[in-house]
Amino acid sequence: MIKIYVPRDSSAKAVGADEVAKAIAVEAVTQNISIQIIRNSSRGMAWLETFVEVETSKGRVGYGPIEAGDVKRLFAAKFYEGGKHQLAHGLVDELPYLKNQERLTFARAGITDPVSLGDYISHGGFEGLKKALVMTGAAIVAEVTESGLRGRGGAAFPTGIKWKTVHDTKADQKYVCCNADEGDSGTFADRMVMEGDPFMLIEGMTIAGLASGATKGFIYIRSEYPDAIATMKEAIGIATAEKWLGNNIQSTDHSFTLEVRRGAGAYICGEETAMLESLEGKRGMVRAKPPIPALVGLFGEPTIINNVLSFAAVPFILAKGSTAYKNYGMGRSRGTLPFQLAGNIKQGGLVEKAFGITLRTLINDFGGGTFTGRKLRAVQVGGPLGSYLPESQLDLPMDYETFAANAAMVGHGGLVVFDDSVDMAAQARFAMEFCAIESCGKCTPCRIGSTRGAETIDKIVAGIDRDANLILLEDLCQTMTDGSLCAMGGLTPMPVMSAVKHFPEDFDKPARLQAAE
Amino acid sequence: MAKKTTLIDLQFGKSDPATPICAKHDNKPDALLEILHDVQHELGHVPETSLPAIAHALNLSRAEVYGVATFYHDFHLKPTGKHHLKLCSAEACQSMGGRDLVAAVEKFLNVKMGQTTSDGLITLEATYCLGLCASAPSMMFDNKPMARVNADTVKSIVEGLRA
Ligand SMILES: Cc1cc2nc3c(=O)[nH]c(=O)nc-3n(C[C@H](O)[C@H](O)[C@H](O)COP(=O)(O)O)c2cc1C
Ligand code: SF4
Ligand code: FES
Repeated sequence: MIKIYVPRDSSAKAVGADEVAKAIAVEAVTQNISIQIIRNSSRGMAWLETFVEVETSKGRVGYGPIEAGDVKRLFAAKFYEGGKHQLAHGLVDELPYLKNQERLTFARAGITDPVSLGDYISHGGFEGLKKALVMTGAAIVAEVTESGLRGRGGAAFPTGIKWKTVHDTKADQKYVCCNADEGDSGTFADRMVMEGDPFMLIEGMTIAGLASGATKGFIYIRSEYPDAIATMKEAIGIATAEKWLGNNIQSTDHSFTLEVRRGAGAYICGEETAMLESLEGKRGMVRAKPPIPALVGLFGEPTIINNVLSFAAVPFILAKGSTAYKNYGMGRSRGTLPFQLAGNIKQGGLVEKAFGITLRTLINDFGGGTFTGRKLRAVQVGGPLGSYLPESQLDLPMDYETFAANAAMVGHGGLVVFDDSVDMAAQARFAMEFCAIESCGKCTPCRIGSTRGAETIDKIVAGIDRDANLILLEDLCQTMTDGSLCAMGGLTPMPVMSAVKHFPEDFDKPARLQAAE
Repeated sequence: MAKKTTLIDLQFGKSDPATPICAKHDNKPDALLEILHDVQHELGHVPETSLPAIAHALNLSRAEVYGVATFYHDFHLKPTGKHHLKLCSAEACQSMGGRDLVAAVEKFLNVKMGQTTSDGLITLEATYCLGLCASAPSMMFDNKPMARVNADTVKSIVEGLRA
C-alpha cells in the first residue's frame, strides 16, 4: 500500500491540511488507488505547508504548499508514485533546509506519527528513560549538568544545577512542572514538540522526576494551543496505558504521573512563579524570590520548573551521553537551539542548529530573506521583551553571552523579521502597550510606567517636546529596569530603547516633515 | 474539610450549573481555571451569578473566585457573541500586515476589538500569538487556528455564517 503523509501540526491544519488529507482520501477511492494516509508531525518548513510526502523506493518525496484544490492535479501527475509536478521538491532528506540542520531535539520531526508509541520507540524513543530507570538520581543530575544544558525558556539557567537543588532537598512530595506557556511572539518550537513529538516531552519530564524524586508532574499549556493540549492529553493516556507513566513504570519501582493544565490567556503566567500561582488556581501574580521554586515551589514543595525545550533535550542527553550534546555549541552555550524564523520571512519555520550560527545565516541562507522581497530593516530576537536589532548586527553569533554583551537576548530562540515598511516607533509603543496589558500589577513601574511610556512615545512621535520626552522615556525605562520584580517590567525597556537607539529617525518624523516644508 | 450547611447552600444549592462542573473536578481549588474554562464552554460565559456557587464548592471566598475570573483575559463575565474571532496582534503578525488586517476587519464588522457585532454573531478580540508566526498573519475562529489569512478570509467566514 502507498503511504502518504499529511502533517497534523497546527501550522499545517491552519492552512488547510485536514481538507487536503480528505481530498486525497476521496480521490484515491475515486481512482481506485490503495493508499494509507498518515498524519505525521511537521518538518518545520512552514512556507511549504501543507507539505505532502509520499514514500517511494528511494525515500520520501515531498510536495508543497498543497491546497485541497491541487489534489486532482497531483493525482494526474501520479504523485503517489513520486511523479513530477510543479510543486514537487524531490527527496525530502536532500532538501538543504533540512540537510543543513543539526536536529537533535527535532530528530523525529515530520518523520513519525506523533501519537504512535510504536513509531516513537522504533525511532529511538525512551532510550534515555530506559537508562535513567537504572541510574541513581544523582547520576542523572550529573549527566544533565555535564551536558551544559541551560534553560531554554529565556533565562538560560543551568538545568543540572536546578535539578540538583530539588534532588538535594528533602520533602514528602516534589513536583516537576513544564512551562508550556510559550507566550513569546515569534516562537512555536514548544508547540511543535507537544503536537509533533509528545512522548519526548513525557520522557524528559519523567527523567526529571527520577532525577529529583518527584512523582507528580504538570504541564501548563496556554489556551491558545488547543491542538497541543489535545495531543499531550492523548499521549499521556497512551503512555499511561503502556506503563511508561503511572505506578511502577515498565515494572520498576519508579512512579510518575502527569497532568495537563490549561492557561487562560495571560502572558505573565509564563513567568515561573506566576505559573505556579496559576497552577494552584490563583491569579497569576509573580512571587518574590527567594525562596526559589526549587526549594518552595508548587503547593510550597520543591519543584523543578523547565521549559518544554529544556525537558525535550534531556532524552537525547541520557541516550547519547552528555558529551554528544556538549560537543555542539560555542562558549558557554552548549548544544543546539531550535531557532524559529518568523514574521516577514520567505522560508519561515524551525531551524535547529548548534549555538554560534549568525542571524544572517539563519535569515538569509535558511530564511531566504524577507517575504515581501523588500529590504530587511529590523529583527526582534527573543520575544516581546527582546531587542530590535538593525541589519548591521546580523553577524552576531547566537550565543547567550554575546547577545547579553550587545544589550540583546537569545531568549527562546524566536526571530521576527521586519522589512523596511516597519515603523519602529509603533513597535516601541506596542512593547509598552503589551506590558500594560499583560502586567500582573504588582509593581508600579511596570503597571503604571508602561502606560506612561506609551503616552510618552505618542508625544515624541507627535513632535511635542521631543528632546525632553526622549529623556523622560529613557528615565522611565531606567525606573522600570530597576524597580520591577520580574522581567516583564524589567525587560520591556529592551525593545523600546533598542528601537530608539538603532532607529532614531522613526522617532523624528514630524520634524523631518517640517524641515521639508 | 467537612462543610456545614449554611444559608448560602440554601440560596443557590445544587441548582447552579457550575456546581456539577466543580464536582467533576473533585471540587479542587487548584482546578479553578479548568472549572472556569468548562463553565464558559458550557454557558458561553462565566455568569457572575455562578461565582458564589463555585466559591462555595471549592471552599474559597467569593472575592478569590472573582479575582481569578477577572484576572485572565480568556474569561468573560458578560455574555458574548455566538462566535469568537481572535486576531493575532503580536509582533510576527504585525510584520506581515497584521495591523492593517485588524483595521480592515474592524471596519468590515463595524466593531472595535473587544466588541460584539450588533446582531450578536461575532465577538472580535485580540490575541497575542498563536504559535503560527511563520505563517502570519494568523487568527483563531472559535477554537480553530487559521494562518496566512487576510480580510477576505474573514469576510467569507462571516458571509457563510450570515447566509
Ligand atoms: C514575563 C515572562 C514570561 C515568561 N514566559 C515564559 C514562557 O512562556 N515559557 C517559558 O518556558 N519560560 C518563560 N519565562 C521564563 C520562566 O520564568 C523560567 O525562567 C523558565 O520557565 C525556566 O525554565 P528553563 O530553565 O527551562 O528555561 C518567562 C519569564 C518572564 C519574566
Ligand atoms: S514587573 Fe510587572 S509583571 Fe513582573 S511582578 Fe512587577 S508588575 Fe508583575
Ligand atoms: S505573532 Fe501572530 S501567531 Fe505568533
